[in-house]
Amino acid sequence: MFEAMDALLLARIQFAFTVSFHIVFPAFTIGLASWLAVLEWRWLRTGKPVYAEVYRMWVKIFAVTFGMGVVSGVVLSFQFGTNWSVFADRGGNVLGPLLGYEVLTAFFLEASFLGIMLFGWNRVSRRMHFAATVIVALGTLVSAFWILAANSWMQTPAGFRVGPDGLLHPTSWVEAVFNPSFPYRFVHMVTAAYLTTAFTVAGIGAWYLFRGRHVPHARVMFGMAMIMAVFVAPLQLVFGDLHGLNTLAHQPVKVSAMEGLWETQRGAPLVLFGWPDEAREETRFSLEIPKLSSLILTHDWNGEVKGLKAWPRDERPPVAWVFWTFRLMVGLGLLMIATGAAAAVLYFRRRLFDSRAFQLWCMALTPAGFLAVLAGWFVTEVGRQPWIVYGVLRTAQSASPVTAAPIAVSLAAFLVVYTFVFGAGSYYILHLIGKGPQALEEPTYGDHGIEKPPLVTGAA
Amino acid sequence: MFSLEHLVDLPLVWYGLILVAVLLYIVLDGFDLGVGILFPFAPSEECRNRMMNSIAPFWDGNETWLILGGGGLFAAFPLAYAILMPALYVPVIAMLLGLIFRGVAFEFRFKAPPGKRGLWDHAFHFGSLAAAFMQGTIIGAVVQGIPVEGRSFAGGAFDWLNGYSVMTGVALVFGYALLGATWTVMKTEGLTQAWARNAAVYALGWVAVFLAIVSVSMPFINPDIRALWWTIPNLFYLAPIPTASLVLILLIARDLRSSQREVRPFLCAIGVFLTAYLGLGISLYPYAVPYEVSFRQAAAAGPSQSLLLVGTVVLLPIVLAYTAYCYHVFRGKASHESGY
Ligand code: HDD
Ligand code: HEM
Ligand code: HEM
Repeated sequence: MFEAMDALLLARIQFAFTVSFHIVFPAFTIGLASWLAVLEWRWLRTGKPVYAEVYRMWVKIFAVTFGMGVVSGVVLSFQFGTNWSVFADRGGNVLGPLLGYEVLTAFFLEASFLGIMLFGWNRVSRRMHFAATVIVALGTLVSAFWILAANSWMQTPAGFRVGPDGLLHPTSWVEAVFNPSFPYRFVHMVTAAYLTTAFTVAGIGAWYLFRGRHVPHARVMFGMAMIMAVFVAPLQLVFGDLHGLNTLAHQPVKVSAMEGLWETQRGAPLVLFGWPDEAREETRFSLEIPKLSSLILTHDWNGEVKGLKAWPRDERPPVAWVFWTFRLMVGLGLLMIATGAAAAVLYFRRRLFDSRAFQLWCMALTPAGFLAVLAGWFVTEVGRQPWIVYGVLRTAQSASPVTAAPIAVSLAAFLVVYTFVFGAGSYYILHLIGKGPQALEEPTYGDHGIEKPPLVTGAA
Repeated sequence: MFSLEHLVDLPLVWYGLILVAVLLYIVLDGFDLGVGILFPFAPSEECRNRMMNSIAPFWDGNETWLILGGGGLFAAFPLAYAILMPALYVPVIAMLLGLIFRGVAFEFRFKAPPGKRGLWDHAFHFGSLAAAFMQGTIIGAVVQGIPVEGRSFAGGAFDWLNGYSVMTGVALVFGYALLGATWTVMKTEGLTQAWARNAAVYALGWVAVFLAIVSVSMPFINPDIRALWWTIPNLFYLAPIPTASLVLILLIARDLRSSQREVRPFLCAIGVFLTAYLGLGISLYPYAVPYEVSFRQAAAAGPSQSLLLVGTVVLLPIVLAYTAYCYHVFRGKASHESGY
């Protein structure tokens, strides 16, 4: 009943599901950790309790998100073996050390100092506590560095040779880590994480302002988030454009799929919308702007852009996925830029914190970052198909010798468990948001107002 | 290409390092999971809060050793990783699901209002139980050998499941319970500690039984193991290992009765794990995938093992140092006050 092909498809769906689930949390914790460090620094500098109160509210949300990030990440690190054992065997020489460094340089750091960040208030000095926050924030960035190096190497492999046994052997670590797409992907992803956090914080700050609750705290949240929107959202467009040009140089077929172009042509149009039809090898009902694609991709009105038909069918990715998720990401990016511009205008009119329409708008954009991040990863990962290591190893050849039944059952288990756990986590986060920041003197932290360690009594 | 191949015996060094990482995982996460296993049996809500608080700052760091063990296996012995993971597909995923429930229970329990923690108490308990049991079955399955053809696993999805692996699964549950109970003795006082002492005595009895079963059965599983342990000079060289286990077990049994001893039972329980692990390690040497692939055959290329070795030599002491610092910050007895 189960064919080998089904096992492969199930393995891909299972991996796509667990990794998509995971990335939602890092996208938020990377930005949040850095923001918490800034907040604590402002607090130590100015001594204003409002910063500490905002910190204490968000550190709880951070803890819940981080916890879900950790448990979903542990699953992934084993799935390389459970789902893609042939890939693990053949690519292990290159990828293994990168992931090993991630554990040694980032995961231990995050996990250890997270304990101090959450439970160390009153147990260590303020400076040490601040140091712990900064270390956790750095840990998230270091983690992103290594995992994106690994992923970028799979997209644009470099610094290796194929041995006689079919195994991939490293020849230069510098080339393998700093492979052609890595700098672009790292910058684009970290910026994406910062924007995701900014728009989430902005949405919640806007909600408080709208309801007239916790106004001093809400102004801190909303104001700092809008600074990000004004300056970083436009930067993301620039980074994304550079990233796309890099992709054109190394994975041109992915770009053709993003653009929905089938014929190789000079002065290629930019397809705004349409329906890429793989059977008919054309994009139907397309709405086009003449020559714009050529201009963006080659910086020349009449530059030549390759179409999908330049590659045999079995080397093209699923076009519609790439085409649509790309539009979703860029569309959300443009909305973010518009938000930043509107914030700047409102600021100069001294209405940034008063415009109710703008508050509603920002509340609507709360999930924008998460959607854009997921869309972006779908562009990248689906666009690389049918390869797992681009041009070297096909996805279809990489799967584990596991039959479809256990994969299907475990996929179902993941679906149920993740829905439940994620639902509960969201519920608690919403609860924390509903409660809002609390005054520092309030005995909410179990220390009953006593300057005594909340977790531990007596000495060893 | 940079490589230390000609200076050190890389595969051997890595074999040792992975074994140490796995041992650290078993001991460190063992006491967390053990606390989870014992959790519902604690006499009061306050005791449970104390137990949870005593491990809340550490569990994440402890679980990271599992990622290092798994990630290290992938990095240093990719072939072993690529054979073992598909062979152990079902128990590994079940273990991961257990760890998910156990992990989120910490954060969620602190957030839930005091009357509504029951759900996360269960998640914590059953998550820990499932993870511990699955790890034990994995050990039992690996010890019995993994069928290999070419460079891949050549068995079925449920080959890992049999009476023996179920037995080792149960054994590990009791082993972790012992670690968790003695940890609780160390980190709490009064009622909680008194209860933990009783729990430890109970767990200890079962640990002794299972250790005996495993020690006697191992030589029957594989003729090489039989030859290793039951020949004349070897028997004398290796005898200290089971003897040490026995002495430690008796010591724990005595210490648990004396209210003076709060720390030594935990340290001795770690000692029992150490001896059992050593015995197992000696039996399985030199295999990375028993009894098919040796660690040398599974080793990654020299440059790959070299690169990570440099990082490990530099970073592992730092990791250990700040881990020790975190245990130092949270030293002393745990209180029942809720989290942060
Ligand atoms: C751009 C960032 C990024 C990306 C693409 C990924 N991760 Fe991740 N991961 C993180 C950023 C991150 C993080 C920020 O470091 C996390 C998120 C929350 C957390 O606890 O740490 C984390 C946690 C985390 C953990 C738990 C660490 C711990 O115990 O502290 C593991 C094992 C992984 N990840 C593994 C993976 C794998 C195998 C991935 C790819 C398939 C992956 N992550 C994609
Ligand atoms: C974290 C954000 C990520 C998301 C949302 C994501 C998403 C996806 C999706 C949707 C697929 C399935 C593609 C298909 O089969 O059509 C996939 C495949 C895959 N991705 Fe990613 N990915 C992410 C990051 C990574 C990273 C960082 C790595 C490696 C270091 C990675 C390794 C893989 C592998 C091994 C596969 C399976 C083989 C394949 O189908 O190509 N992914 N991912
Ligand atoms: C505003 C215009 C944007 C452009 C032109 C752009 C461009 C691109 C391109 C071309 C890729 C695919 C790279 C490849 O696989 O080769 C990509 C990937 C991605 N994008 Fe964007 N992007 C934009 C905005 C955003 C925004 C606002 C976010 C999130 C907040 C985002 C998040 C991502 C992510 C997470 C990926 C996948 C990881 C990567 O390859 O870097 N992008 N983007």
